[in-house]
Amino acid sequence: MVSQLTDLTISQALDLLDKKEISSVELTQAHLTEMDRARFLNAYITETPELALQQAAESDKKRATGEKIGRLEGIPIANKDLYCTKGIRTTAASKILSHFVPPYESTVTQNLKNAGTIMLGKVNTDQFAMGGSTMTSYFGVTKNPWADENGEYNLVPGGSSGGSAAAVAAGLCMGATGSDTGGSIRQPASFCGITGIKPTYGRCSRYGIVAFASSLDQAGPMARSVKDCALMLNEMAGFDVHDSTVADFPVPDFTQALHTDLKGKKIGVPKEYRSKDLNPAVAAVWDKGIEYLKNAGAEIVEISLPHTKYALPVYYIIACAEASSNLSRYDGVRYTTRVDGKSLDEMYENTRTDGFGPEVIRRILLGTFVLSAGFYDAYYIRAQRVRRLIYNDFIEAFKTVDAIVAPAAPTTALSYEAMKNMKPVDTYLGDVFTTPSSLAGVPSLALPIGLAENGLPVGLQVIGKHFDENTVFQVAQILEDEAQFVKTPHYVKG
Amino acid sequence: MSFDEKTIKNIAKLSRLHFPETEEAKFAQDINGILQWVEELKEVNVDGVEPLVSVTPRTNAIRKDEVVIGDIQAELMENAPESVQGFYVVPKMVE
Repeated sequence: MVSQLTDLTISQALDLLDKKEISSVELTQAHLTEMDRARFLNAYITETPELALQQAAESDKKRATGEKIGRLEGIPIANKDLYCTKGIRTTAASKILSHFVPPYESTVTQNLKNAGTIMLGKVNTDQFAMGGSTMTSYFGVTKNPWADENGEYNLVPGGSSGGSAAAVAAGLCMGATGSDTGGSIRQPASFCGITGIKPTYGRCSRYGIVAFASSLDQAGPMARSVKDCALMLNEMAGFDVHDSTVADFPVPDFTQALHTDLKGKKIGVPKEYRSKDLNPAVAAVWDKGIEYLKNAGAEIVEISLPHTKYALPVYYIIACAEASSNLSRYDGVRYTTRVDGKSLDEMYENTRTDGFGPEVIRRILLGTFVLSAGFYDAYYIRAQRVRRLIYNDFIEAFKTVDAIVAPAAPTTALSYEAMKNMKPVDTYLGDVFTTPSSLAGVPSLALPIGLAENGLPVGLQVIGKHFDENTVFQVAQILEDEAQFVKTPHYVKG
Repeated sequence: MSFDEKTIKNIAKLSRLHFPETEEAKFAQDINGILQWVEELKEVNVDGVEPLVSVTPRTNAIRKDEVVIGDIQAELMENAPESVQGFYVVPKMVE
């Protein structure tokens, strides 16, 4: 029974909970047992089993006594360790925040609590969400539950939401929060064979999420089906007085467009994404996805997003600039860790140099440089101008198409060894297909479509208009139905 | 643009970071690599293009200047490495 409970989707589990065929305590315990067994994957930074079982017992009591219940009542989930959780350590996978216990709760995790979810713990990420592999985490790498060709668990889960993706794929939670600045939900979803959506910038509150790049950071759900992501996003999204960038209009029901007809819809295929960086196996899966949509009655239109190739450099300039500003708050005064020095400045320097990992330091240095006198216009302002051109590319494309379908990542999951030997710039290439939509702020969902010849999952992304997640979900559901992807990593098969 | 020894020292100082010279050289080399790669942005014609600062439809959400989260000073101070009577303590700045 145990393995069956951790194979369920959220919507299946809700059904069984409603029928009283299972209890939340049973469901939660099954996941806790799996978490014990899968500790070598290092998906979690902090596990909260006692709290989870207590919440689950309360949830069961609510159902039994007929009290008002939430729409995700009794569902065990994990939170990326970038979300502040009141009274529970929140590290951003960094040394500098390794002892930080927030006195408040992020809006998104509070919304999920209010919906009745049970928190199993906090999952791993790249340090301050900076990376695409979880290799920059202070708490060690997370292993992808998909094995390599030799049957070894040597592959990265992607990142930064790699802990979330691995936990969802391995059955260590039913769904997880992720966050996406330049692809941090979609690339790990693709590497681990699961589904995740970065909603429109402004759809979810950023309040209480450790900030990386504020004009790009966006919360989103990761789960094992399109519908589960829609169910989670229904709860996560919405106006919040604590974040002035959240859209002040109602959140639609994201499940309403699922299983509706695609006839008459135009789907764009951007020609610039067939680049030299695209692995042939990924290209083949992309073609298969296009075929599925055509068979479902959609009209396929080749489109051009002419500034695509500039998205990565624009992204790294803007994201690092914003990060250098956001991370200046870690000064040894307010957030638990301090390394003493003879003067105030020396204390700042000692604390920060000791507390940040190399990738974070590189990005702070680059960000400080592009914002510094003499270079600000040439780098930062120029990047913001090109960002507008990238944004305009999408606005223009969406005049003729309803959604865009493209690969989520140029390759399947890479090995630690391969990534270790890469130059920083080469590791950034994993974000080549996800940064354009991040810079434009449009919603994008990644879901698994098939396996490459190496036996690893390949994901596609469906990109939509601003605040039109419903079309994204609609198209993604068609792809999910057609692809019939068997979402079973080697670890789960045993 | 070459990110030389003098630049890395200055940028590290502005970032309140400090490394031994060998590490300094490594970071300078990494950042040089990144800067060479972003050079291609120079080929884009951005004449008359306004910088895009934010993609959100909202502008300047203003609220009343009052405490809404409640009095959590004590909880906030629990994360301070050093504090006295509700004040943060830092190394002495003025002789």
